[in-house]
Amino acid sequence: MRAPDHPILAKGDVLLAVENVSLGFGGVKALTDVSFDIRKSEIRAIIGPNGAGKTSMLNCINGFYYPTEGSITFQGLKRPKMRPYEAARGGIARTFQNVALFKSMSTLDNIMAGRSIKMRSNFFWQLFRHGPAMREEVEHRKVVEEIIDFLEIQHIRKTPVGRLPYGLQKRVELARALAMEPELLLLDEPMAGMNLEEKEDMSRFIIEVNQQFGTTIALIEHDMGVVMDLSDRVVVLEYGRKIADGTPDEVKRDQRVIDAYLGVAH
Amino acid sequence: MATAADSREDTFPKLLARNARVRPDRTAFRHKDLGIWQSWTWKEVHEIVRAYAAGLQALGLQRGGKIAIVGYNRPYLYWTIAAAQWLGAVPIPVYADSVAEEMAYVLAHAEVTLAAVQDQEQVDKILSVSDQMPQLAHVLYDEDKGLRDYDHSRLHSIVSVIEEGRARLAEPQAMAAVEGELQAGKGSDLAIILYTSGTTGRPKGVMLTSNAVIAAARIGCDFDKLDETDEILAYLPIAWVGDHIFSYAQAILAGMCVNCPESPETVAEDRREIGATYIFAPPRIFESMLTLTMVRIEDASALKRGMFHFFIRHANKVGERILNREAGIGLWDRFLWHVGNVLVYAPLRNRFGMTRVRTGYTAGEAIGPEIFRFYRSIGVNLKQLYGQTEAGVYITMQPDGEIRADTVGRPAPGIEIRIAENGEVLYRSPGVFTGYYKDEEKTTETKTPDGFVHSGDAGFFDQTGHLKIIDRAKDVGKMRDGALFPPKYIENKLKFYPNIKETVCFGDGRDYVACFINIDLVAVSNWAERNGVVYASYQELAGHPLVYDMIEKHVDEVNRSLASEPRMGGAQIKRFLILHKELDADDGELTRTQKVRRGFIADRYAPLIQALYSGATEADISTEVTFEDGRKGVISARVKIRDMDLYPIEPATSLPEAAE
Repeated sequence: MRAPDHPILAKGDVLLAVENVSLGFGGVKALTDVSFDIRKSEIRAIIGPNGAGKTSMLNCINGFYYPTEGSITFQGLKRPKMRPYEAARGGIARTFQNVALFKSMSTLDNIMAGRSIKMRSNFFWQLFRHGPAMREEVEHRKVVEEIIDFLEIQHIRKTPVGRLPYGLQKRVELARALAMEPELLLLDEPMAGMNLEEKEDMSRFIIEVNQQFGTTIALIEHDMGVVMDLSDRVVVLEYGRKIADGTPDEVKRDQRVIDAYLGVAH
Repeated sequence: MATAADSREDTFPKLLARNARVRPDRTAFRHKDLGIWQSWTWKEVHEIVRAYAAGLQALGLQRGGKIAIVGYNRPYLYWTIAAAQWLGAVPIPVYADSVAEEMAYVLAHAEVTLAAVQDQEQVDKILSVSDQMPQLAHVLYDEDKGLRDYDHSRLHSIVSVIEEGRARLAEPQAMAAVEGELQAGKGSDLAIILYTSGTTGRPKGVMLTSNAVIAAARIGCDFDKLDETDEILAYLPIAWVGDHIFSYAQAILAGMCVNCPESPETVAEDRREIGATYIFAPPRIFESMLTLTMVRIEDASALKRGMFHFFIRHANKVGERILNREAGIGLWDRFLWHVGNVLVYAPLRNRFGMTRVRTGYTAGEAIGPEIFRFYRSIGVNLKQLYGQTEAGVYITMQPDGEIRADTVGRPAPGIEIRIAENGEVLYRSPGVFTGYYKDEEKTTETKTPDGFVHSGDAGFFDQTGHLKIIDRAKDVGKMRDGALFPPKYIENKLKFYPNIKETVCFGDGRDYVACFINIDLVAVSNWAERNGVVYASYQELAGHPLVYDMIEKHVDEVNRSLASEPRMGGAQIKRFLILHKELDADDGELTRTQKVRRGFIADRYAPLIQALYSGATEADISTEVTFEDGRKGVISARVKIRDMDLYPIEPATSLPEAAE
């Protein structure tokens, strides 16, 4: 899966670089001078205690917030201030901490919505679902069906999403993000509220997306077992600052990380 | 159409070649993939199977070799069966949900050298136990998802094997050799080994020849007049004899179309899309569909709910008789049923994916009579059949118009049935198995020298010539005068009454049948309230004369029904008593799954049994009990015994023993 018009990067090249990013809301500093990078085709975890600024960081990356200071470079280009849909068009897809799907639409329609960013035919044709619009829709449906097959959600294809159990909704959300064929996939707590079996399934899907399509993945997750198993590198935030960065093993041994998670005697 | 198969086509690959000749462009297989029904014609299937056979040959599969098939119903897995048979090798389908250890046992026992599996899950399972199967040389898979980084020295995709075969067949010499293998196959060759799961001990490999499987398949094709226009949805385990006969043997024999669902969860919807004309399901599937409907209907609007219940009641009254084309149904009732058909029954059948179903079968275990009747009353021609792997499924079937919930039907065409002295059902037909693979001992135990097979089930033919299965044969005892004593059969008849919660019958090796009865506290106390019976404890209620009178009536009815059934009359209950306490798992009297532990109860209540057979009218008993908090105590009681009048046994008429 590849998005067009950008320099082709090899595995291991820096895909996205966050440099000295700070984000403030009035007097509140959500992020302070954070720098790290995400390399092509890796699984990168962002962890930290509650309120550490993890979701704010993702929001900066997908253009929902614009950093007060510092810069974000994506595919070699320093990013100007942009809107989320521009980030999406640029190849960044995400899922949300609390599922954000169209509840009364079917699974299929939700995932097709993820393709709308790729629709090229004009509004007129789409309105009547004829001519080029129809041909395009068939093409898109093909991609969507492959994703449905990939995530094993054939049986809920026509079920309104609101009627599905939470674990499946999360899977539909992932499907919709995948439908954009993203260069970078941001997952905000993909396993939250899942039982063990659902977590195992989701882990398997994340690994397969990464391996089969070479999609770069950045994820926020609280289940340390999952994080340590899945990710290639981990960045740790605390109170909006980066306190550690490295492989799961390095991070696990880092004293500041242990203190941040277990608390420290003052 | 089935009859068109002439005797030269005595193996399934030959029948496949015939289909490719007779109906090349008819759809043979469909599989829903990526949301679309992909289809293959008989001509295409023939070409694929031939190339596949050549590919398997290149991997070293030879006549007499073994290949395991593991997975959900997929065209490529069915084609593996055909390709193996093409070469004269023996396919061995294995239950996909069996754990690795079980699978290792079967694969090692069958000495398979190749395994064709569905996906990564099954590949992993087989690789994890590969050290227990040193003879396994190659593993083939259908879906490549997740397998890209595996070591492919012994792992191949089925498609690549077919491609390899196709490349080889480009040479005329190779083509002639493969066609030669097809012609070398004989009907007397082993066609398949089906391992039965078996509740006790290791699975046994049931060997069936091509002749046997074709004979069995022909029974069903002729009986229900299946032809190439029929559609079947293949969704039951391919290792199960039912699926092998229905979705493979009959499909190829009659030339009908096999449809493979998208995933196990989409079966109901896929069946609706396809409009299957022929369905088969174990009772639990019919049960769960009905339950789901009933639950959903409770959420419907009051108008719809009322309409549903009104017409379902009406269907209950006349639906089944209309389906049976019985006479004497009032014009108004007929009219009302047809209105109901438009408003309720037809939409329901559509929901269930049964709009086009001509015949549906259920088997495997007893289906609840009310569930069975429900489907028939809304116009689904559901039938029961009694079958076994060793018989190639069919033993008895229900002909149209003779369908009842409590029997399993008449002997299927070509099947001879004999009831042994001990009540066991024995059968013989051209479709029976050759033997258990590598188990001579079990084979001689199961098969008599004259070719009859011990079914292991006890049963009898009723007045109409229908077979009724009563129990496992090993559980059926004999009384001193030689009469049969089927304990579970009698106990189930008693437990049919809501007032009776549990019963234990005695009679094996005795002069007459006697039984313990446990009353159902909820039902009986309710009855006591309505009838002004005053009591202080369970013990007092159980010993109350009026309760005894009521239970006596139930026992009397059971006796009357036993007396009217052939060979059951000797098992009428002569004496009974009502136990002073409930049988309880905490006291070891029941298993944790609420089954009676006969031997234990016989020991514990020995004085009571003695009294039942000594002619005493009451007996004293004290038993140790465990209370809910774990304390132990002793309950003593004086239990009364009632004598029953027995019904005269109907003279044994010469009922159809060996029917055909």
